[in-house]
Amino acid sequence: MDPHTEYTENTESAESAGRTGYARYTVGAEIADHAAPAGDLAGRWEQRRLAARLVNPANRRRLPVIVVGTGLAGASAAATLAELGHPVTSFCYQDSPRRAHSIAAQGGINAAKNYRGDGDSVARLFKDTIKGGDFRARESNVHRLAEVSTQIIDQCVAQGVPFARDYGGLLDTRSFGGAQVSRTFYARGQTGQQLLLGAYQAMSRQVAAGNVTVHARTEMLDLVVVDGRARGVVVRDLVTGEVTTHLAEAVVLATGGYGNAYFLSTNAMGCNASAVWRAHRRGALFANPCFTQIHPTCIPVSGEHQSKLTLMSESLRNDGRVWVPTTGGDTRAPGNIPAAERDYFLERMYPAFGNLVPRDIASRAAKRVCDEGRGVGPGGLGVYLDFADAIERLGAPAVEEKYGNLFAMYERITGEDPYTVPMRIYPAVHYTMGGLWVDYDLQSTIPGLFVIGEANFSDHGANRLGASALMQGLADGYFVLPTTLTHYLAAGPFAPVDADDPELVATQAGVQDRVKRLLTIDGDLSADHFHRELGLLMWEKCGMERDAAGLREALARIPELRAQFWSRLRVPGTGAGLNQSLEKAGRVADFLELAELMCLDALHREESCGGHFRAEHQSPGGEAARDDEAFAYVAAWEYTDGPPILHRERLTFDNVTLATRNYA
Amino acid sequence: MATLTRAPASAGRRRQGASHRSTVVMKIAMAISGAVLLAYLTAHMLGNLKIFFGESSFDHYAHWLRTIGEPLVPHEGTLWIIRAALTASVVVHMAMAILLTRRARRARPVKYAHRPPVQGSYAARTMRWGGVIIALFVVYHLLDLTVGVANPVGASGKPYTNVTADFEHWYITAIYTVAVVAVGFHLRHGVWSMTRTLGRQRPGTERLIARISTGYAVLMTVGFLSVPFAVTVGIVG
Amino acid sequence: MKLTLRIWRQKGPADRGGMVAYDVPDASADMSFLELLDVLNERLTESGEEPVAFDHDCREGICGACSLVIDGVPHGPQKATTTCQLHLRHFRDGQTIDVEPWRAAAFPVVKDLVVDRSGLDRIIEAGGYVTAPTGSAPEAHATPIAKADADAAFEAATCIGCGACVAACPNGSAMLFTAAKATHLGLLPQGRVEQDTRVEAMIHAHDEADFGGCTNTGECTAVCPKGIPLGVIGRFNGDVLGALWRGR
Ligand SMILES: Cc1cc2nc3c(=O)[nH]c(=O)nc-3n(C[C@H](O)[C@H](O)[C@H](O)COP(=O)(O)OP(=O)(O)OC[C@H]3O[C@@H](n4cnc5c(N)ncnc54)[C@H](O)[C@@H]3O)c2cc1C
Ligand code: HEM
Ligand code: SF4
Ligand code: FES
Repeated sequence: MDPHTEYTENTESAESAGRTGYARYTVGAEIADHAAPAGDLAGRWEQRRLAARLVNPANRRRLPVIVVGTGLAGASAAATLAELGHPVTSFCYQDSPRRAHSIAAQGGINAAKNYRGDGDSVARLFKDTIKGGDFRARESNVHRLAEVSTQIIDQCVAQGVPFARDYGGLLDTRSFGGAQVSRTFYARGQTGQQLLLGAYQAMSRQVAAGNVTVHARTEMLDLVVVDGRARGVVVRDLVTGEVTTHLAEAVVLATGGYGNAYFLSTNAMGCNASAVWRAHRRGALFANPCFTQIHPTCIPVSGEHQSKLTLMSESLRNDGRVWVPTTGGDTRAPGNIPAAERDYFLERMYPAFGNLVPRDIASRAAKRVCDEGRGVGPGGLGVYLDFADAIERLGAPAVEEKYGNLFAMYERITGEDPYTVPMRIYPAVHYTMGGLWVDYDLQSTIPGLFVIGEANFSDHGANRLGASALMQGLADGYFVLPTTLTHYLAAGPFAPVDADDPELVATQAGVQDRVKRLLTIDGDLSADHFHRELGLLMWEKCGMERDAAGLREALARIPELRAQFWSRLRVPGTGAGLNQSLEKAGRVADFLELAELMCLDALHREESCGGHFRAEHQSPGGEAARDDEAFAYVAAWEYTDGPPILHRERLTFDNVTLATRNYA
Repeated sequence: MATLTRAPASAGRRRQGASHRSTVVMKIAMAISGAVLLAYLTAHMLGNLKIFFGESSFDHYAHWLRTIGEPLVPHEGTLWIIRAALTASVVVHMAMAILLTRRARRARPVKYAHRPPVQGSYAARTMRWGGVIIALFVVYHLLDLTVGVANPVGASGKPYTNVTADFEHWYITAIYTVAVVAVGFHLRHGVWSMTRTLGRQRPGTERLIARISTGYAVLMTVGFLSVPFAVTVGIVG
Repeated sequence: MKLTLRIWRQKGPADRGGMVAYDVPDASADMSFLELLDVLNERLTESGEEPVAFDHDCREGICGACSLVIDGVPHGPQKATTTCQLHLRHFRDGQTIDVEPWRAAAFPVVKDLVVDRSGLDRIIEAGGYVTAPTGSAPEAHATPIAKADADAAFEAATCIGCGACVAACPNGSAMLFTAAKATHLGLLPQGRVEQDTRVEAMIHAHDEADFGGCTNTGECTAVCPKGIPLGVIGRFNGDVLGALWRGR
């Protein structure tokens, strides 16, 4: 008996209004990852590499690849594929590949180097990641990630990434949430920047060598699938407005996460779901769309003009202590509140991990104390992150050395000095664990479409540990994809695609029609207006805490909003040339579709796990209550013009014991 | 109809250029030629101070300049070598100045509505016009005291007479003052800039070098100006 | 607070462009400068006018996309701060503010305040990398690097490639950017091997991209949001000289 039929009935409001909402789904065949070798977990990657077919160097030149996205995943993949000899065409929407959103990552990158001799190992990183993800990730993928993590550090150092070092000249590390070892490598608060510059430079070398062609300020608007294989992309040149099609033997999507569905998030303004959503509409399954990560340490919202939220790196929790006043309505300045009247709630609730509990747990704890009326700052939506003890213990210069740029950023934004007044922080949307479904080879359900980095769903289950996204992006791009994509390409070159191939022509026409439609609605509201409204709705109904009633409300509201969007949108200007309103409108249109799938996924998953917290499913102590029997699966959704189809990929855990996460 | 692009086969390595004609090399040429001029200018200034030791001392010095190295080199031989080096330096220095200035103009075709200098070194911003003033002055200076045609007296072989004749006129003193101050500013930024152009400095030495440049420029300015003012005021002559 | 913005509007590369004044009566001191433009743009859009185009993405001062000359100063009046991190509390109520694009031949205007900075990418492509193909790396701890060198390399590596240095330079030179990258790599043992070819190729690409020559005025450092020191240029010049000397 399917436990989810309840919602398949519950479609009244959406359907009776004649809208194409899908607060309803059907259940399709189960799926499985057939790419991972069976056998001993630790030997699987070695085995896969051995079994993978190779391409003779002379033939690689005849096997061009498209890589969309130039973040850590995309840039590292483009560089490596080009080094192997494949001609690579690369796209990004920014004016330079170096500006991809990975640049903003602050805290660090994990690797099981065990340089500290503190008990770290590949096996431990594997376990921490599986447990951190609340047992909703695939064992084989996560183990591989842990294995290649050490190679990443070697590679980056060879490229000249200036990681922090100690006085002996060796690499320094720090601790991140969800781990009791110190395995996070960093470059002050700019780790993402330094890693991305390394990958960008490696890619630039290949540009000069003529092996990579970069199309910056170019946005992918659709995927070309011919004879069941991904063969190209339809893109719009954001400067000239020209819509063109690029063809290749395979397509790699490295287009990042979709956190901007919430409007306010720590993502860059341009982060979008368009590439993955368009691929989903062409047949790629979308996995676990409701698994979003709310990061506990962000600067609180200051007003309604707010355009984005700023992360204060998790690394701050190494030395900062999180607290609120013990009683609500305490309006004293933080410095005037005596220690006895402070509640260091993370240390109290989770003594073993203290301030370094995983993000989902820290976020919910902060929400809980604010809901109790003990929050601080405007609207009571904030908790203190206090460095007074660290400054006393280490001295202000040492604290500045570690976190100087973060403190400066905080001061610029808030006008308050964190050396003397505790920071105020509040959770904000940060990362999306969900993404296009991929197998062990990182191939989606469309042959020839590979998905890497945050754009796929693969390694983090229901919650990502800090400093693991950079690791995953680079693992995918430098080490995994080059092996598995080569295996795919070994069967090529595939039949050439004709310029008048009907599937190709239809895809191109679809993109042009859509651009034209957006420009000619001629309503009265900006795309931002709709984005804001959608974001607020998602934050309230599908945010840190979700319940069935709220999700149903959202599922009813989103189709209305979408209908309004397509009748009242106004995009000034034309499509011939730079038109940022048009770009924005296209992205919001896709968020308006994806958001619905996110809510549906959240509604169907009748359990709490990781970043997905259903109010109905919690322990008496308010912790997430997983339901492994019913939900130890990946929810992979298939797009249809009607209700989506759910395909389950069962997860089995042979190397870790399924247990309730316990950080106390 | 949308255009279609098939991914290209590898295009092969792009040619990488050499740097021997780069802007940095042009600046190095300026710095070296500037340094030659600088060395000369320093000697020139020190020589000028001889005037305070009286007419014969000064004239003897001028005469000595023409006999350096004799009999190994012919009369005025060394002087001509110096003159040749100076001319070459001036030519290189000015040629590079002109090329780099033209390049800079091309690099900023549209001006800002207004742009307050943030760093605000007056000396740095007046290098080009200052240079032009210096060039014009050098021509006048040569006609005045070397060739003699622009000098009120113009007596050959009697520099003391010519110099004192000049600065009895306030407007000649004024011309020299303007020019020497221009040289001062030029040197203030020039010396600083030269050290940047010619090499790597240890971080943190910047302020020291800036101070040295200023001090040097002030010394040179005062040294050069002491002569005309001494004459005008009547200490000399 | 009420502010008047005089903004450079230019329809496209071929358009002549000019300054246009807009009043924003409902600004708040907590807003960032870009949020002020958001508010203006929302209003322009809803009244059917084309909003002002400007580059931005991360809005946290790290991607280097934002690029406004505010009252004649690239990235505006607050030192070591990108445009996106500049907040209105640094302006007076009633103030009139000029907003212009980066101006340099190497940065042609695309539209309004958006310029094309791809010249900077050409410089990196020419040599701003270490040749270390994936898979070739030795164990990371094989080469210890003195902390001082690692820290200095990091300081230089924090350049965000925004191009403010070019916008501020009276010569339209990109030497601060170029030298920052060369210094980052040149200070590390991994980068020293190709030092000579790197600096030569980079200065060549710099000149090819129509940037001007440096005259060490220091305007660049003064506006650089990451405070890249002028010293990197001296270092770079020395490296070019060294490369010439060694006769590559
Ligand atoms: C503020 C912040 C701090 C973080 N700190 C850390 C940290 O300390 N450690 C850690 O491990 N992780 C961190 N993360 C997460 C991590 O940075 C990201 O998950 C990761 O960088 C994503 O990399 P990516 O390559 O998948 O995508 P991105 O870097 O987001 O790149 C996406 C690329 O795709 C392109 N693109 C997108 N859509 C299109 C389209 N339609 N057409 C063409 N191109 C497109 C973009 O131009 C861009 O080049 C942080 C995230 C944020 C937001
Ligand atoms: C008295 C003779 C002169 C001396 C001693 C002198 C000295 C110098 C020095 C040392 C420099 C620094 C070079 C560098 O940056 O590496 C310099 C720069 C320069 N000089 Fe001269 N110079 C003299 C005459 C001139 C003349 C006649 C001109 C004009 C044509 C001129 C124009 C310039 C310019 C444009 C610069 C570059 C400015 C800069 O780097 O900021 N100079 N000079
Ligand atoms: S050196 Fe400074 S101003 Fe120039 S591009 Fe880098 S960060 Fe921007
Ligand atoms: S928007 Fe990224 S640095 Fe300003």
